[in-house]
Amino acid sequence: MSAMATSMDQSRSSPIDTVRTFGRNNAWTLGLLGFLAVLLAFTKVVNPNYSLGSLSSTATSVLPLAFAAVAQAIVVISGGIDLSISSQMALTSCVAATMMKDNPGDGMAVLIVIGVLGLGLLLGAVNGALVVLTKVPDIVVTLSTYFVWAGFALLVRPAPGGSAAQWLKDLVVGPAGIELLPKAAIVLVVIVAVVWIPLSRSRLGISLYAIGSNPLAAFRSGVPVNRTKFLSYVVTGLVAAFAGLSLTASTGIGSPVPEPTYVLISIGAVVLGGVSLAGGIGGVFGPLVAVVVLQLIRDDMTFMRVNPNYGLVAQGFILIGVLMAGSFIQMRRSRA
Amino acid sequence: MTATITDLLLEASDVSKTYGAVVALAHASLSVRPGEVHALMGANGAGKSTFVKILTGAVTPDTGRIVVRGRERSSHSPADARRNGIVSVYQEPAVIPDLDIRDNLRLTQTPLEPFRRWLSELGLEKLNLSTLARRLPLASLRIVDLARALAIDPDVLLLDEITAALPANLTERVLQVVQRQGADRSVIFISHRLIEIAAVCNRATVLRNGETVGVVDVTAGSEDRMVELMLGEVVAALGQREDSAATASYRSGQAPRVEARELSDDRRLRDATFELYPGEVLGVVALEGQGQDELFDILAGAERPASGTLLVDSRPVSFRHPADAIRIGMVYVAADRAEALLMQRSVRENISLPFSARVTTWGWIDRGREGRKVDAAVNTLQIDARAGSEVRRLSGGNQQKVTIARWVASGVKTMLCFDPTRGIDIRTKNQIYVLLRELAAAGTAILLYTSELKEIQLACDRVIVIFGGRVVAEMPAAGADEAALLRAAHNLKPGAELPEEIVAATSVELAPVESAVDPGSAPSSREP
Repeated sequence: MSAMATSMDQSRSSPIDTVRTFGRNNAWTLGLLGFLAVLLAFTKVVNPNYSLGSLSSTATSVLPLAFAAVAQAIVVISGGIDLSISSQMALTSCVAATMMKDNPGDGMAVLIVIGVLGLGLLLGAVNGALVVLTKVPDIVVTLSTYFVWAGFALLVRPAPGGSAAQWLKDLVVGPAGIELLPKAAIVLVVIVAVVWIPLSRSRLGISLYAIGSNPLAAFRSGVPVNRTKFLSYVVTGLVAAFAGLSLTASTGIGSPVPEPTYVLISIGAVVLGGVSLAGGIGGVFGPLVAVVVLQLIRDDMTFMRVNPNYGLVAQGFILIGVLMAGSFIQMRRSRA
Repeated sequence: MTATITDLLLEASDVSKTYGAVVALAHASLSVRPGEVHALMGANGAGKSTFVKILTGAVTPDTGRIVVRGRERSSHSPADARRNGIVSVYQEPAVIPDLDIRDNLRLTQTPLEPFRRWLSELGLEKLNLSTLARRLPLASLRIVDLARALAIDPDVLLLDEITAALPANLTERVLQVVQRQGADRSVIFISHRLIEIAAVCNRATVLRNGETVGVVDVTAGSEDRMVELMLGEVVAALGQREDSAATASYRSGQAPRVEARELSDDRRLRDATFELYPGEVLGVVALEGQGQDELFDILAGAERPASGTLLVDSRPVSFRHPADAIRIGMVYVAADRAEALLMQRSVRENISLPFSARVTTWGWIDRGREGRKVDAAVNTLQIDARAGSEVRRLSGGNQQKVTIARWVASGVKTMLCFDPTRGIDIRTKNQIYVLLRELAAAGTAILLYTSELKEIQLACDRVIVIFGGRVVAEMPAAGADEAALLRAAHNLKPGAELPEEIVAATSVELAPVESAVDPGSAPSSREP
């Protein structure tokens, strides 16, 4: 085996090479993790009260956005984009909160959660079907459905309200045993792992990358391009439903007005997380780290009492700066 | 050739252009007399299109002088060239599809009245100028392009394959107009159709391997000499094959793997009929745009035929998606690696993509099995996969090996290779041909289109020639030297005397030209 594999797979030849290969393939994410560490240290400096306990509140507040970024990453990897994610979140969150108020009981809540996830699949399927069948550009289709889902959310719940089952709230608030481990982080990692790992190791996973990387080559290789594109929106809808549920869980209610910044931040996090907007490159771990980075930057600005308007400007510049630095390093590396 | 500098309308001399290591043009020259129709000829890759691009300012040459009406000109863009009196009609119509014809004319500041006059001369007087360009058929667009170029009243009109997309009646009109140009205007005429060149041209300049190898006065019977010039010295075969046993076996009672019966698309392919047997490499030879692209797309399942039948293993098939073709082991290797590979993904993913995508259910990928298949394919093909994490970092040759490896790994029965060695170095080229021979020896049926004629004898058992969408000739590869293939590709009626007699008859006349340019020393160059 080893003799056969030498030319192809260095990762089997020695552990050092394994590390090196891993580092090369995940350089962007590792760099981003380094940036996160620096940022955490900076946070501790500007806000000495920031402690391990604060970590779990950061995690809880970042959870919906993290799911949104993962949802966006999946569709962007396959060469598409979904602008309707935030109103999908609003709709699923409102449906969950309203039904849980009308049908109290833990067992009922489990059924409702399952139903809402099904709703997410349905919303994604509608997006995907429209993109594939009408050939209207994805950006236009999902901008339109953004308004449709937002309208439905207001029909379900004209004003914020409803409630969430206690177990659902407990799932995402506070630390799990030791302070270093926020529950929200565990929920996030478990759910993303359950969705992403089977996906990335299945034929659908490699097909997602294929249609994002080169639709013509994928077609020539026998990949059903339209079906794969459709399914990318379905999976995105599912993850967006998790994002909506986590909104309900962390706030205890459903709010019918979609937060427009969720879409923009999810796209920002996807790009910052090393996913190419042209498709075909990246994963979901990078965007997850990027969401935490963006959240920490915002928190630090609040601590430092920066005028929120300047804060927005600063956030934009930081995003551009990090991306430019990253691209510059990658360019140097590919030349070498 | 007796003309002095001042007698010439256009003179280009010592024009060179290299792209990296590839020499596209090496000291090419072209002299056009006032009022003449001058053909620019050469086989695929001889440097014609680079020369055209340089003359029209689209490409800047490394060296060379271009003199128009006795004054040296340098053109850095097509607009520059136009100011210098050189206007060209490119192979693809240069109109903006979403503007109507009138706006397209305005865009190029073309005077309307002469345009209308030329249009009616060319037989399109009924054209409504408010029609959006995208609504016009390709043939009409070519005519519009030509009329626009003529309306600008250029010194030199450059026509690159103007007749390729035209029906017979329009072709005739165009040729008449080309011939009728006055003494003030010269036409540089590029066509794959020798018959047209014989009909309208006064002289012909022939390029080979980026050099001007001869200028011929076009008279009755000069076609053969032009073919001979395009060919150059018959290149010694790189390595002669001895496996004629395989050649003989392909028809010994075996049913054909693929039978194409009167396959047509609506445009270029017309009633293509041929058989492909297991264990043979069937060469396909055609000039550009004779329907070979469409044929391969239909066979690979990327396009559906408009009419005709396709039988695989004696059963009629109709592919709705490349996946259908791949499922029965019929796979496509493209000339353009960018059409086949996921450039940012790894060698492993690229090789495993077809067989992981092939099965219709969305199952788990068995990574162990996948890995063994990939490793085996990488070893068989001697792919240098050190830069395996991203295919785009591999050399062109290794990339092409990856596209072949993926099909070997997924169990190929019929391989459709469309110019698989385009732009690949000679060593890798040979490896690929050896590999194709081995696949054939193992029973794979291989259809091989190549633009390099001398490779037909190296790699193929049999060869078919396509012209005008039809299979016009079939011959054993053993007898298919370049001269025979080039004649057949131009659909010249077999004169029986080629090649030896013609070579003998023309060698005396050729001598001065040959001594001037020293053929054979130039490396085999390909245009990028």
